[in-house]
Amino acid sequence: MTGAAPLLRLEGLTKTFALRRSVGERVGRSQVEPTRAVDDFSFTLHHGEILGLAGESGSGKTTLARCIIRLIEPDAGTIELDGIDVRAARGRQLRELRRRMQMVFQDPYSSLNPRMTVGAALHEAGRVHHRPGSENGEQFVRDALERVHLSAGTAKRRPRELSGGQRQRVAVARALAVGPEVLIADEAVSALDVSVQAQLLNLFLDLRDELGVAILFVAHQLAVIAEVADRVAIMNRGRLIEIGDAADVFANPQDDYTKSLLAAHPRPRLSGAASS
Amino acid sequence: MSTIDLLEQQGVVPSRTRPGLRGLSRETKIGAGILAVLFLAGLLAPLIAPYGQNQLNFTDIYSAPSLSHVMGTDGAGRDVFSRTLYALRLDLGIVVLVTYPPLVIGVFAGAVAGYFGGIFDAVLARIVDVMIALPFLVLIIAVIAIVGPGIKGILIGVPLVAWALYARLSRSGMLVLREQPFILATVALGYTTRRTILRHAVPNLMRSSLIYSTLDMVVNLLLLSSLAYLGLGAQPPSAELGSIIADGQSALLTAWWVATLPGLVVVLFGIGALLLGDGLSDGRLKGTLPCASLPSRC
Amino acid sequence: MRLTSEPVLSIEGRRVEFDMPFGRLVALRDASLSIRPGEIVGLVGETGSGKTLVCRSVMRLVPARGRIAAGRITFGGRDVLAMSTRELRDFRAHDVGMVFQDPFSTLNPVLRIGNQVAETLRVNFGLKKAEAQAQAVALLRDVGIPNPERRALSYPHEFSGGMRQRVMIALATASQPRLLLADEPTTALDVTTQAQILDLLVRLSQEREMAVVLVSHDFGVIAQVCDRVAVMYGGHIVETGTIEEIHDGAEHPYTRGLLDSIPRLESAGRATRLPVIPGVPPEPTEVVSGCVFRPRCRYAQGGCDTVSMVLEPVSPGHETACPVRPFAVADSAPTARAGARP
Repeated sequence: MTGAAPLLRLEGLTKTFALRRSVGERVGRSQVEPTRAVDDFSFTLHHGEILGLAGESGSGKTTLARCIIRLIEPDAGTIELDGIDVRAARGRQLRELRRRMQMVFQDPYSSLNPRMTVGAALHEAGRVHHRPGSENGEQFVRDALERVHLSAGTAKRRPRELSGGQRQRVAVARALAVGPEVLIADEAVSALDVSVQAQLLNLFLDLRDELGVAILFVAHQLAVIAEVADRVAIMNRGRLIEIGDAADVFANPQDDYTKSLLAAHPRPRLSGAASS
Repeated sequence: MSTIDLLEQQGVVPSRTRPGLRGLSRETKIGAGILAVLFLAGLLAPLIAPYGQNQLNFTDIYSAPSLSHVMGTDGAGRDVFSRTLYALRLDLGIVVLVTYPPLVIGVFAGAVAGYFGGIFDAVLARIVDVMIALPFLVLIIAVIAIVGPGIKGILIGVPLVAWALYARLSRSGMLVLREQPFILATVALGYTTRRTILRHAVPNLMRSSLIYSTLDMVVNLLLLSSLAYLGLGAQPPSAELGSIIADGQSALLTAWWVATLPGLVVVLFGIGALLLGDGLSDGRLKGTLPCASLPSRC
Repeated sequence: MRLTSEPVLSIEGRRVEFDMPFGRLVALRDASLSIRPGEIVGLVGETGSGKTLVCRSVMRLVPARGRIAAGRITFGGRDVLAMSTRELRDFRAHDVGMVFQDPFSTLNPVLRIGNQVAETLRVNFGLKKAEAQAQAVALLRDVGIPNPERRALSYPHEFSGGMRQRVMIALATASQPRLLLADEPTTALDVTTQAQILDLLVRLSQEREMAVVLVSHDFGVIAQVCDRVAVMYGGHIVETGTIEEIHDGAEHPYTRGLLDSIPRLESAGRATRLPVIPGVPPEPTEVVSGCVFRPRCRYAQGGCDTVSMVLEPVSPGHETACPVRPFAVADSAPTARAGARP
């Protein structure tokens, strides 16, 4: 795995947001520091691996994820997919690059078009990119649903008829329908119940093992990352703090921030709980 | 918002237990029914009107409603019911023409402006603001002054301004919508911007404009009738609800039916339109801009 | 642990139904719970388990279309369901406090924090304006807000999530209630703030001998502060016990399944997978005969479709609704505990 050319390469990625200033602040000419949401961030993602990106809320991880597929335009740095410069791409080339790096969003309740049936959404994804098999709508949709262990009958339903876990599966199915090599899961399980979360985590592991998809798994809960990630990157205030094999980083954290993050991880106070 | 929506928002009731489109409220159905009857009546006027719209009969003026004249006759012996039917035909036809084409144009303009933002949006927003700020009636009368009385003036003047309201609705809806994950997802999926706006955004923006259009239709009908009443709209002898009512005004104390009954038809239209709009906005709001049930949202 | 046997709150056989256009929805089927003074009880369950409704029905805050179809709620000996409107208002104002999940939407964004707290004091205790303001500042200090005199002049949006939640707790505990209902109070907060808020709840509970019902879907949160836990599924309480009893020796298959599916830091780098409960929880409109967990239960047996969801004791204080007890034998052999945590 390591040694072969990386599938996705980020180098020095930076994104700064200028803060909105109120009229009063502008008039008073007070100095307002722009926020560096992503600060000189670099990493590589290899074929068939799951890289966890851990950070607390506000660390910039969602901004980073969106910069990779240019939902937000980065200010500086390099993004290369399979050697192709993502930042320079335009029009059709950009759309093709996006096809190869799909994103699954956090909120299952708003990541699917409420007016489209599941089948219509999946079929559209296939048709737009002329995926093999997309001419036969029914079969294509059936296959897409099977990949995420959903019944064929789900195709007729609308998102509001599905549970959170089912919606996320549909979101994953939609992402897979265009045939990506990279999946970016942006807090994709954070809004789900624990038992449903476990199902989705196993699904991501299946995708890595059976389809060879590389996954960038963004989350704020360390334990969730521990369950799926091969390697881990720790992020704080836009900067990369530490990166390495998951077992290594969690067992022997090098940086103080990583150590404090691990220490803050909730542990049950079992003996005499609260009342002593 | 209905109770069940609140419950879903709070995660108390899982949303998948809600019914589909078949669960249209009674309100919506009644409103739609009333409008359907009126539109059909207008459409089929030439077939179902017992008399011509200008069939004069000076031997039978101001006769009270009876079996042969369901709404009585007016000062020239014309059957009020038939005139009302033809008036519906004319009026509702115009109302649709001045409400829905502006809706389509306005929704698209607003959607595109809202999506791209920047200078295009700034310019459009200012134009819309100006259009809405103009005193509507004064503008229409000015247009009529230029092109002359008759429905031509209305057909030109109203759409000129009406699109702006829809553009504004659609634009503000788009400003919210474009941040929604499912719209971002279409970009992430590599769809063209055209597809994102036309296939995904606009259908979700239509709802608020369609609901507003029910109110707009009533306003436009009243406008038509007011202008005809003032002698500026449809010219006699064309049957137009406003002019029929205006004509009957002088005989209000003796032949009350000439003004009142067609007036009731206008009221009925208003009720139907508002019921429909109300019903649409109540029941199905949850189907468009979903309110995420995450604790940090909404 | 308190030795008083008289419970502060006792819920028996609670059933909450909603009559919807498409049918009857039974969101809470049969919940019984009793809470002692000064105790911190956790109510854990996933979406649709009915845990939020338990809290709301204590305050009789069930939404308009809902009906409390059965059961009794006794507070300090008084029957809550029989209270008149006036008594109920007193009850809600003085005896019970409630903290909700999202502090931002429960605080008025256009009023200063100090004023909002002072208003509650004026309305509920008849304090004069100056007194109420002073008392408000004291309350804010009590919940750990630094510089309370200055912060009382701020608006909600100027506070962080953790601070706002502290204000909510101040509001809820202003009347020194004997019971505090906290519905997912830390879900919207990050880990460090979460720990602080939980500590605050524990401190207040100890200082004032105030019972707390903490509702959460996050077992980790519950395990940090609760003395006892009730596990809910499909509108029923399926197991109750102390944290240790539940954590080390859960008797109900759902509880075990739930605990097993919690991600663990120790899994890093190992090729293990989380054991998963197949299927999905039942819809509130669904009627499941017998045990509500049966369709997803690995240990279901023939008689499971006719059992009632009654809690039976495993040991004093530890009760389960599962008559099969598949773990009882396994637990007696210390090394063979399925689902036990390392």
